[in-house]
Amino acid sequence: LVVENEATMPGSDKETDLTERIEAFLSDLKRGGSGTGPLRGSAETARETTALLRRITAQARWSSAGDLMEIIRKEGRRMTAAQPSETTVGNMIRRVLKIIREEYARSRGSSEETDQQESLHKLLTSGGLSEENFRQHFAALKANVIEAINELLTELEGTTDNIAMQALEHIHSNEVIMTIGRSRTVEAFLKDAARKRKFHVIVAECAPFCQGHEMATSLSKAGIETTVITDAAIFAVMSRVNKVIIGTQTVLANGGLRAVNGTHTLALAAKHHSTPLIVCAPMFKLSPQFPNEEDTFHKFVSPHEVLPFTEGEILSKVNVHCPVFDYVPPELITLFISNIGGHAPSYIYRLMSELYHPEDHEL
Amino acid sequence: MADSGVTDGSLKKDEIERSKSEGRELTKEEKQRLRKEKKQQKKNKEKKDDNASQESEKEKKSVSSSSSAPQPPTQPATQKAPSAVPAPAPAVVPASETPAPVEKPAKSKAELKAERRARQEAERASKQGKKGETGQQAATGKPKAPPSELQPVVKRLPEHIQVDNPDVLKKLAKKLERQQIPLRLDYGYKVSLFSHLHQYSRKAPLTQQLSIPSSVIHPAIVRLGLQYSQGIVAGSNARSVALLHAFKQVIRDYTTPPNEELSRDLVNKLKPYISFLNQCRPLSASMGNAIKYIKKEISNIPSQCKEEEAKGKLLNCIECYINEKIILAAKAIAKYAIEKISDGDVILVYGCSSLVNHILCEAFEKNRKFRVIVVDSRPRLEGREALRRLVQRGISCTYVLISAVSYILPEVSKVFLGAHALLANGYVMSRVGTSQIALVAKAFNVPVLVCCETYKFCERVQTDSFVSNELDDPDDLIVTRKGKTQLEDWQQVPLLGLLNLVYDVTPPDFVDLVITDLGMIPCTSVPVVLRVKNVDL
Repeated sequence: LVVENEATMPGSDKETDLTERIEAFLSDLKRGGSGTGPLRGSAETARETTALLRRITAQARWSSAGDLMEIIRKEGRRMTAAQPSETTVGNMIRRVLKIIREEYARSRGSSEETDQQESLHKLLTSGGLSEENFRQHFAALKANVIEAINELLTELEGTTDNIAMQALEHIHSNEVIMTIGRSRTVEAFLKDAARKRKFHVIVAECAPFCQGHEMATSLSKAGIETTVITDAAIFAVMSRVNKVIIGTQTVLANGGLRAVNGTHTLALAAKHHSTPLIVCAPMFKLSPQFPNEEDTFHKFVSPHEVLPFTEGEILSKVNVHCPVFDYVPPELITLFISNIGGHAPSYIYRLMSELYHPEDHEL
Repeated sequence: MADSGVTDGSLKKDEIERSKSEGRELTKEEKQRLRKEKKQQKKNKEKKDDNASQESEKEKKSVSSSSSAPQPPTQPATQKAPSAVPAPAPAVVPASETPAPVEKPAKSKAELKAERRARQEAERASKQGKKGETGQQAATGKPKAPPSELQPVVKRLPEHIQVDNPDVLKKLAKKLERQQIPLRLDYGYKVSLFSHLHQYSRKAPLTQQLSIPSSVIHPAIVRLGLQYSQGIVAGSNARSVALLHAFKQVIRDYTTPPNEELSRDLVNKLKPYISFLNQCRPLSASMGNAIKYIKKEISNIPSQCKEEEAKGKLLNCIECYINEKIILAAKAIAKYAIEKISDGDVILVYGCSSLVNHILCEAFEKNRKFRVIVVDSRPRLEGREALRRLVQRGISCTYVLISAVSYILPEVSKVFLGAHALLANGYVMSRVGTSQIALVAKAFNVPVLVCCETYKFCERVQTDSFVSNELDDPDDLIVTRKGKTQLEDWQQVPLLGLLNLVYDVTPPDFVDLVITDLGMIPCTSVPVVLRVKNVDL
């Protein structure tokens, strides 16, 4: 997306241009989630969302922080409704809302530390920061917010590299590493380690979409000895595996994962053999959701992938399920590697409070 | 002093030990050899001896090609005079040492082979009556099968899990040549963890290499072999029944040649058939047990029995075996299993087990209300067959792939699994993916019941799925989605391997109950059943 200079475009055209872009983004999101795996990686979605939010900040009409937050929240609700399973969109919106709050607070002059320390006394007497109505107008707010969003964008661009840089700390030579499906983060991670170390990778193909095949061809072309196995052989082969490294779609607020289906089995097998399970997830995948919402957690796609229409005779008499995601509880995970370093699953709640404001959990 | 051709670690140690000790005292060869022979005769390491002797025999063979003259005379010499064993040995050694390569390992192997040879000849001389081939073999100068056949304590390692040992492969090739059966070649890049197993391609069946009409192998067996290798007959029970029917046909068409006894000749006739079937697809545990039974029955036929009578008896035996061990056993197991199915149950099954399908159909006939979830896995997709059979009966079914099993398991009340074999240490050997289902079921606290007839119990022990398994055609993993086939040229990519396992072993702590025709037993009671069965026999 090209950021056009405000001064060159007249006001009304800006508005229509903005709405067009938002509509285009929404239809992209709707189309992208048709169940054949993400057509675009989560990183791209995150970047595009943030760029769009920056555009909204730059081009929409608003006079105070409260207005801006309202606008962003409104658009954000539409975006998350377009594709509920694409949680990075919601995460970026919450990040930007937090940025706005921070910039507002800084402009008002209150130090950041006192704001963050929500003392018990303050909570009880003043009712917390919700009384804050963000109505004051600050001239420099727009520029500050846009600058902060730019920083966020730079951070987003560097996430995969940051994670890949930590690869040599975790992979030693002659290891057997197992992974499932296709994750661009894990791919970059392993390729980076392969530059200096020799190891063996086993990829579980992850039916029915079989994205593991792509991962395996890509890794083997980078000079890593790769083996493709079927999902049924995960437990059989696990006894020879030294580490399991996976990517995920979302990291939930309790430290659990919402990952591609088959990951729970992989995690259980790793636990049985006491093999460490390492999750490579950049910070923008961290979501304030919890796994208890049954109706929004699972996503299903056409059962034609599982039982094709050629089996017509029995197709009408059976129920066929094709879930896309799996829940992995935090007890099965050993380590999270993100662009800001490695953490235990029990630390995720703390990171969450640093990234998002509690009032933004519900958009 | 590393032995280049040997992969067995313990074998290496032995060789190094011996060669080290010999290297130190080259001048006192004879005394050393005597002492060693005594030591080795006391040692109980049969398998290492086998491999070492095979190896040394191979070495000897390669050396003897250049110095063939001294060899045949020494063989009859040592046969006739086992006490004079040390004397010819040093005579052989200097003769063979000179043409031998100057490398250290070859030299020490030459010395080793001499004492090996001496020891084997001594043993053979003491048990001469058993094998008539000894003299024949010695005359042709070809090394004989290892002395393991003479020591019944430890079983010989099956060939199909020693593919990484070139000596075993050479031996197999020779044996097949003798039996006039073509050797099936391995296909594709094998994952290093499994280099000890065969990997064949389904597109190159063994029958293409046979001449038509094949005079050595009965046509029923040829057809059976083709059905096995193409996967037309699959499943433990189906394969055993098909095998027994084919053997019945063989027995019907058999005529005893003159001057031969039916009990010995028929067994010898069956051996090439079994090798052929083994080449088409490695024998399953149930097939192995069936073959053992048939061989026993054949050798128990009294010699004065007339041919027609004997054949009739054998056919009857086979019929009885099928009836008792498979058909009636299935009925008994169904009776026990139906007690475990209650109304409102949600039962999970994996793949297509004939026994489990039978149980579910019987339970449905008895008006139990339950529904079934069929779990399936690539690339075989056997679950679809099970689905068809169950849906035809009118049972309400759900169908998922194995990666969705943790999604569906909270709904499940019981898991019924079939088995390919039950091993003596309580492990269940079954289709790959079974152990995974048992693992996830355990995590969700769902009871796992394994159904298995007693004829599938086998005396092997195994703890992981690597040491003895079957590798299927790796091309089965290739799939075309949306017009793109990712793995199409996997052979061209040097570092890419595809692994298509057929079996895996489930540890006994995942299995709650085993339902057999003898009743419902825990997994750990398998050796008890085996013992009881052996006592009966």
